[in-house]
Amino acid sequence: MLGVLAKFMMQVRFIAGALALAFTIAIAAPATAQQPTTVNPTASAVQERQLLQELNRIQGRVTIPDKKADLLEQPAGRDWRQWHQVTLRWIGAIAILGMLALLVVFYLARGQVKLEKGLSGRKIVRFNAVERFVHWLTATCFLVLAVSGLNVTFGKALLLPLIGPSAFSTWSELAKYSHNFLSFPFTIGVILIFLMWIGSNIPNRTDVEWVKRGGGIIGKDHPPAGHFNAGQKMIYWIVVLGGGASAVTGYLLLFPFYGTEISGMQLAQIVHSVVAVLFIAAMLGHIYIGTIGMEGAFEAMGEGTVDVNWAKEHHPLWLDDELNRTKETQAQAAARPAE
Amino acid sequence: MARMKFLCDADRCIECNACVTACKNEHEVPWGINRRRVVTINDGKPGERSVSMACMHCTDAPCAAVCPVDCFYTTADAVVLHSKDLCIGCGYCFYACPFGAPQYPKVGNFGSRGKMDKCTFCAGGPEADGSKEEYEKYGANRLAEGKLPLCAEMCSTKSLLAGDGDVIAQIYKERVSRRGYGSGAWGWQTAYRETIAT
Repeated sequence: MLGVLAKFMMQVRFIAGALALAFTIAIAAPATAQQPTTVNPTASAVQERQLLQELNRIQGRVTIPDKKADLLEQPAGRDWRQWHQVTLRWIGAIAILGMLALLVVFYLARGQVKLEKGLSGRKIVRFNAVERFVHWLTATCFLVLAVSGLNVTFGKALLLPLIGPSAFSTWSELAKYSHNFLSFPFTIGVILIFLMWIGSNIPNRTDVEWVKRGGGIIGKDHPPAGHFNAGQKMIYWIVVLGGGASAVTGYLLLFPFYGTEISGMQLAQIVHSVVAVLFIAAMLGHIYIGTIGMEGAFEAMGEGTVDVNWAKEHHPLWLDDELNRTKETQAQAAARPAE
Repeated sequence: MARMKFLCDADRCIECNACVTACKNEHEVPWGINRRRVVTINDGKPGERSVSMACMHCTDAPCAAVCPVDCFYTTADAVVLHSKDLCIGCGYCFYACPFGAPQYPKVGNFGSRGKMDKCTFCAGGPEADGSKEEYEKYGANRLAEGKLPLCAEMCSTKSLLAGDGDVIAQIYKERVSRRGYGSGAWGWQTAYRETIAT
């Protein structure tokens, strides 16, 4: 009896299993039939053109340790090239040659600004030793930076054909090292200039008057001025702001990938070079007026003293202040009882 | 003369990085420098693609144009090479290069990064072909031996092609028409101002 029941159960199990298998096949069959015969693996593939249109750069992931290498394409380099090879050369040439031409024409037309009353023979201290040191520190660094910087943009066109590739490379490498290392004392100089002379370089009402009267540059006018006139204040702010901007952008370039990546470096180079050529043009004007442009001006920064007549003509308000201060000190000294 | 080009068939690249390793080994490239690298875009997402990239040896190369000391030259095979004797390591080629090809031996500031190094299309440098000096500065000169760049020669999927631009463009075109798809010749528009019509 038990044997019959067991046999029956086995048959039931077999039928149930066969039915389940048939059912599974019946369900699965249409699914198999619907499977596509070909696949298009590019249906969702990234497209170069589309990626470039979106961001003008293609970035991904790399497995090498140099993670900066994950930038696959940056066609912006081509735009930067156009800037460096064409636009910058025009801006630089116009700014610097334009300023030189202007100075030559001005010198021929106006000549040296002479002292109207001649030398008095009496001297007054204008810049002390510290001021002169800071000025010449910054100035010598500036000259080297300017020449070595211009070499990067114009050397290949102007100097390379004259001295040949080998000598030009040696010179350019030396210029590059000078440019990089003298940037540090130059930056310190700019900071010191900023701190040292900020007090006498805040624009005030005297400057409005000075500018209105053309600063006495054309004609024989002598509008009053304090320690620095509006023109000198302009030079001060050009040095502080221009020097500051070229220092910041220069250090971004000197230390690549510390503060910026490549698009930032391209922008930094653009700012650095524009500021630099305009800075150089402005300094040409400064050098002119401080040397051959005006009688008695160079000795202010050369020896530190100026003739009293020069001070009277060019910086009368400053001279008054200085004389008053001297009188006060003398009066104080006289009032102090002898011991 | 042939106009040498690279072409990476991104639909075949499996990001095995063998081209990177082969390049480093063939030229004894110092640690930290990768003349060739594989970049994966949309990594892990549907439609991800890997592209092996090095110097593309551009037509009218931007690096050569901006170099302040004019240290680049283009060979008769249109390979863009440079002289490490003239290079001052200023980094300008790096700003201009659309493909991130220029490499510098030292990390740190551009004042002390050393002479630029990049893919030579296995064509050495200005020194005599196959000379010891050439090998030390630029690596092997396979082109002078009648061989193509090693990265492409040993590519396991033949994704990376190197050789005459017209020939590799034809190979790529035939592939695309046979298999029915192709994501294009990456970098060609930027490097050569032309692309392969498929």
